[in-house]
Amino acid sequence: MVARKRFDLSTIAKHTTFLVLCFLCLYPLALVLGISFSDELEIAKSGFSAIPVKFSTKAYEFLFTSADTVIRAYALTIFVTVVGTAVSTLIIAMFAYPLSRKDFRERKFFNGTIILTMLFSGGLIPWFMVCVNVLHINDTVLALILPYLMSPWYVVIMRTFFKSSIPDSIVESAKMDGAGELKIFFSIVIHLAAPGMATIALFNTITYWNDYWINMTLVNDPMLYNLQFLMMRVQMNIQYLSANAANLGAASAEIVRNLPSRSAQMAMTIITIGPIVLAYPFFQRFFVKGITIGSLKE
Amino acid sequence: MVANIAPPKRIKKANWGLLVMMVPGFVALFAFSILPMFGIFIAFKNIDYEKGLLGSDWVGLDNFQFFVATPDAFVITFNTIAYNLVFLAVGTAAALAVALGLENLRAKKATRFYQAIMFLPYFLSWVVVSNLVFALLSVDQGVFNRQIVQPLGGEEIYWYNRPELWPYILTFANLWKYVGYTSVIYLAAMMSIDPGYIEAASLEGANRSQIVRRIILPLISNVIIILVLLQIGKIFFSDFGLFYNVTMNMGSLFPTTQTIDTYVYRTLMNMGDLGMSSAAGLYQSVVGFVIVVLANLVVKKIDPEKSLF
Repeated sequence: MVARKRFDLSTIAKHTTFLVLCFLCLYPLALVLGISFSDELEIAKSGFSAIPVKFSTKAYEFLFTSADTVIRAYALTIFVTVVGTAVSTLIIAMFAYPLSRKDFRERKFFNGTIILTMLFSGGLIPWFMVCVNVLHINDTVLALILPYLMSPWYVVIMRTFFKSSIPDSIVESAKMDGAGELKIFFSIVIHLAAPGMATIALFNTITYWNDYWINMTLVNDPMLYNLQFLMMRVQMNIQYLSANAANLGAASAEIVRNLPSRSAQMAMTIITIGPIVLAYPFFQRFFVKGITIGSLKE
Repeated sequence: MVANIAPPKRIKKANWGLLVMMVPGFVALFAFSILPMFGIFIAFKNIDYEKGLLGSDWVGLDNFQFFVATPDAFVITFNTIAYNLVFLAVGTAAALAVALGLENLRAKKATRFYQAIMFLPYFLSWVVVSNLVFALLSVDQGVFNRQIVQPLGGEEIYWYNRPELWPYILTFANLWKYVGYTSVIYLAAMMSIDPGYIEAASLEGANRSQIVRRIILPLISNVIIILVLLQIGKIFFSDFGLFYNVTMNMGSLFPTTQTIDTYVYRTLMNMGDLGMSSAAGLYQSVVGFVIVVLANLVVKKIDPEKSLF
């Protein structure tokens, strides 16, 4: 073991392979970043490139000066993500905790309900009808929050966390002291299961931040466009403009040419993923732990 | 014969504290998951908004007959299943290869670093991925055409008008997004193997490929089988964003990229055809249900702890 070669050929080959894979994962992101800082005319001339041929911040200026739409979408997305994550994590924990208790009489019934919702879904149309015709939440901010509050998978993961982190004896002794179930939950259980709650909260954050499905189905009001959906709209509009530029007449065609269109599309992508990528180094290990527990242990 | 004397059962009392805690979660589950289950009757009706949902006429299986008669029914079923099978095969193989590679690295810091980088795409939405793909494949400015095809003297490729290329592109995009995620699970399973087995084998002179084939893969076979079966359970469902956003919703690509999910969405939102889309949706729910139940029965045979019920 003393003469362990640190830099033998196969080790170098292995690391090279992984560095190439990492490059493949990061290159598209670098490309988009590069395009967002490129001069639009230069893009038209020499194509997309990860390293801007001619540096320009015009795309970002365009997004933030000419459009309070972007800022509104940002604020809305942050609001929905924070509120949605907090409420969702809490009610998932409150639903999962009783299911982890062996002495809970209705455990079978509610476990069955969770399984049923995992196995069968009514599908898009009935879901849409319920939201629009029964709950009337379309075109309200509630539509962006409520449909994602409960997720059977997260209940199962959370139940596993509770089972493995809350000793029965603690609950028993708290009961002896006369504490009610709600008090026990909020003052003891929640703290002991904090790592599990953090994992679920992170899953929820990603769900809310990355959502555009609700905007595609339940929202028509432009005031309620979130970041992802706005990015999708920008993409579609630019596509429309560039496809029809020829039919617009000389003056409008000139305007279209001068818009920082492709760079703005990519700048929009960058500001949407910015917070996730920046926070990523801090939260990624929680995820690794979370999916490991959720998928391997029961 | 001695009678089985059951121990006196303690009758459990209703625990109102716990029940109250479950109310908000149950309400949300009821509203968005259970209530829609009752809405499947829509597929058997000819919805007329003037008569309302409940008042509209029953038409039996008419909607299904119309749906099955369209050429779409076969195409979307085929696409959904074929893509899932390809993703399953390619994805599992790639994730196992990555996990085995990482498991074999001595430098643990480097392992964590590679893992973190490859896991990153999982957190990006399909709209973001669609922009990344566009940056590569745009006809005029895309990296492929400008930096690879043109310098080689080839003619620019109109990617978004060539449906035959998209099975490869989508498979690659899917792999890009999920290989890190899946390999994390496999790597965790490999890490739980007692290192003594592997050490003993290498002391006996086993080489790496023997260790992989005789020790590592057999010991994590349960995890592999479970993950594969879970995915087979979802074989009738597709990742909407991959097929809708990454293809930029291009009509010319529908023949090879339309799946049941995008079909249901487009039929409802673009054409407003409730009958057809709800028939397709119910077809998906019912067949999907049968498949997931079957897959789960198999899981139960292998490892009762991992099954859903």
